[in-house]
Amino acid sequence: MSFVFYVLAALTVAGGLAAMLLKNTVHCALALTVAFAGLALLFLELDAQFAGFAQILVYIGAVAILVVFAILLTRGSETPKDGVFSHTWLAGLAVAAAVFAVLGWAVLQAAPLLPGASPAPVVTVQQIGDALMGRYVLPLEIAGVLLTAAMIGAVIVALHEKEGPK
Amino acid sequence: MTPLAGYLLVAALLFSIGLAGALTRRNAILVLIGIELMLNAANLNLIAFWRYGPHPEALTGMMFAIFSIAVAAAEAAVGLGLVIQIHRHAHTTDLDQMNRMKG
Repeated sequence: MSFVFYVLAALTVAGGLAAMLLKNTVHCALALTVAFAGLALLFLELDAQFAGFAQILVYIGAVAILVVFAILLTRGSETPKDGVFSHTWLAGLAVAAAVFAVLGWAVLQAAPLLPGASPAPVVTVQQIGDALMGRYVLPLEIAGVLLTAAMIGAVIVALHEKEGPK
Repeated sequence: MTPLAGYLLVAALLFSIGLAGALTRRNAILVLIGIELMLNAANLNLIAFWRYGPHPEALTGMMFAIFSIAVAAAEAAVGLGLVIQIHRHAHTTDLDQMNRMKG
């Protein structure tokens, strides 16, 4: 366990916590960006350069911007009077804590059996491209169709303006 | 503790934070943000198992994570489009006030 891992893990978890706890929705989106950046750096720390840069491009470059646009279009930055948490927040927190307890218990139980440190795998972008165009070409095509359908669907859903008096 | 266990614990913590946010926040956009955090925690698990697994040269976990990122992007676009449409219809994104199915 290296020092870098602890710093990145603390950054990611702090970003995630801030994204879920802050009152102002725009601040939440910015904290979410910090969490995404921490995750991308964790991917780089895991020697998965391609996934790390894909994370930066897709999440910080697209999803975070999309979230900010949605917040501003829905005027969601105004803090509601009666709090930002649902009235069933205690039950939700209990469920999340129970899930973390189960996951953490499972990981700690399995920790002695997990493989230890190993030499970093050498993965070039050419290998990834060969795999995407060879063994994984069908999932790649389906992902392309899915993304096209989702983009057209999102535009149609968000464009539709009902006629009539407001 | 092995490095893999550390990554798995961070992913479990991030997943639980996202789940807590998705279950407790009132703003629909923040619920979507919580779901994104949960997806990202799963991706971290996939990459960590790929890195410390017996056959990293097979690229299986890496490919799974890359496709998962693509699907999550589609999910975010559709979800945020729906939130904008609901706001246009009901003039709120507060999930506690969306308690009827009739339009």
